[in-house]
Amino acid sequence: MPGAFEGETVTRRRFMTAVTHGSGAIAAMAFTLPALGFAIGPLFSRLPWSWQPIGPPEDFTENTYTTKVIQLVQGIGEAGNSIAYVRKRNPAIDTEPLDEYDHWVALSDRCMHLGCPVRYVAAAERFICPCHGGVYDFRGMVVGGPPVRPLDRFYTRYNAATGLVELGPRYSVNSELQRFSPRDPGEPLDGIGQYLYPARFSTASLTDR
Amino acid sequence: MPKLPLPPLPKALQPLPPRPGDSDANGNGKPQTTAELATEAGISVVDWIDERTSMSGGIRWLLFRKVPRGINWFYTLGSATMFAFLNQAVTGVFLAMYYRPDAAGGAYESVRYITDDAFLGQLVRGMHKWGASVMIILIFLHMGRVFFFGAYKYPRELTWIIGVVLLILTLAMGFTGYLLPFDQRSYWASIVGININAGGPFIGPYLADFLRGGAEFGATTLSRFYAIHMMLIPGLIAALIGFHLYLVTKLGISAPPWLKAEEEPELRETTV
Repeated sequence: MPGAFEGETVTRRRFMTAVTHGSGAIAAMAFTLPALGFAIGPLFSRLPWSWQPIGPPEDFTENTYTTKVIQLVQGIGEAGNSIAYVRKRNPAIDTEPLDEYDHWVALSDRCMHLGCPVRYVAAAERFICPCHGGVYDFRGMVVGGPPVRPLDRFYTRYNAATGLVELGPRYSVNSELQRFSPRDPGEPLDGIGQYLYPARFSTASLTDR
Repeated sequence: MPKLPLPPLPKALQPLPPRPGDSDANGNGKPQTTAELATEAGISVVDWIDERTSMSGGIRWLLFRKVPRGINWFYTLGSATMFAFLNQAVTGVFLAMYYRPDAAGGAYESVRYITDDAFLGQLVRGMHKWGASVMIILIFLHMGRVFFFGAYKYPRELTWIIGVVLLILTLAMGFTGYLLPFDQRSYWASIVGININAGGPFIGPYLADFLRGGAEFGATTLSRFYAIHMMLIPGLIAALIGFHLYLVTKLGISAPPWLKAEEEPELRETTV
C-alpha cells in the first residue's frame, strides 16, 4: 500500500476518514431509521373491527335497501362513520354461492371510482355517485360511468343470542362477485387487476378473530 | 532654557491614542448633526457584523450582479413565486397558533374560530387560502417563461430540475393543505385524492395506506397531513429555493431569445 507504514494495509489518513464517515452515517441512521419506521408503521398494523349490530332481521326486505350508519374508525366521531345499504338475500337474483356470511347483502356506500358516497335511488333501483356519475344496479354491479368494479360489501351474520343482524369487515368483489380482501376504490380486480393491486397488510380481516 | 520633560503620568491617566475614524484634536471628522450620528451608528453596526462574518461580499455577489440586456417583467416571475411562498410561510405560522389538527371536530371548530372570531383571522386565513392559488399560478407562469425563453438549456439544466421538484412540492402543499379545514369539501376531496394515489399499480395501495396512516381514513390522517404540510414540505421547499437561487446567481440569467449574441472583440481575434 503506497503511503502506508510498513506492514499496514491502509494509510492512517484513509482509515481515519473511513472511521469518521462511518460514525457519522451510524449517527444519522440512529435517528432516521426509527423515524421512518414510525411513519410507515401503520402500513403493517391491522385495522381493529368488531361485529356491529344493525337491527333485527325484520328490518330488511328482499326488494329494497335499508340505510344503516356504521362505524369504520373509532374515536373521531362523524369522520369515522360510513353507510351500509342492507337487504335480505334474494335467491332469485343473488346467484353468487351462499355461505354463512351472505344471508343479508350489505353494500358499502363508497363508489369504486374514487370513493365518493353513492346514494340509493329506489325509483330507479340504482346506486348513483354524485362526483363523476358512476351508476350501479340493484346488486351493486357497475352499469355506467367510471367505476372499475362492483360496490364493496360487508360480511353479515345473524347473532342468535341477541336476535340481531350483525355486520363485519368490508371485502371487495370482482365483476363475478368473487371475494377479495378490501381494496381501495379505483383498483380493478378483474384479470390482471388483482395482481396490479395486491392485498394490503393493514385491512381488517374476518380471520382475525 | 531647555524645558524639563513632564514627569511620566501613570498608565491609567495617560490619554488614549486616537483610534482610526476618531476625530482629530481639532474636532474634524466628528459627526455633528443627528443624521450624521445616526448614519455613523448604522455604519458601525454593519461594520461590526461584517468584520466578523465577511458577509458583504456574498450579499454583493447575490444582489449586485450583471444581467443581460433586454430583460423584462417576465424575469420577475421567479421572485414573485418566492414572495408568494414567503406569504404562505408567514401566514401559515400564525394560523398554526390557532389551528388544532383534531379529526373529532376540533379542527373544523378551530378554523371556524379563526374565520369568525379571531381578530384579523379572516384576513390572514384568506391570505393563506388565496395565496396558495396565487403561488400555483405564478409557479406555472415562471415555468412557462423559462420554457419558452429556452432558459433551461445548458448550463442551467439542474436549475430546471430543482424547479420541477419545487413545482411538485408546491402541488403536494396544495393537496395536504386542502384537508386541514376539515369540512365536507376537504374530507371528500382528500378521500378522492388518496384514492387517486391508490390507483398506481403495485405501490399505489401502500402509498394510500401511508398517506392515511392505515387502512381507513382515521384520526392520524389529519395530523399526518398537518405535519407534512407545515414541517416536512416547507423545509424542503425553503432549502431547494436556496439552492435554486444559488444556481441562478452562479450561472447568471439567460438573455431573451430574440437578442443576437454579440461577438466579443478579444474572442474575434483568436477565431481561426
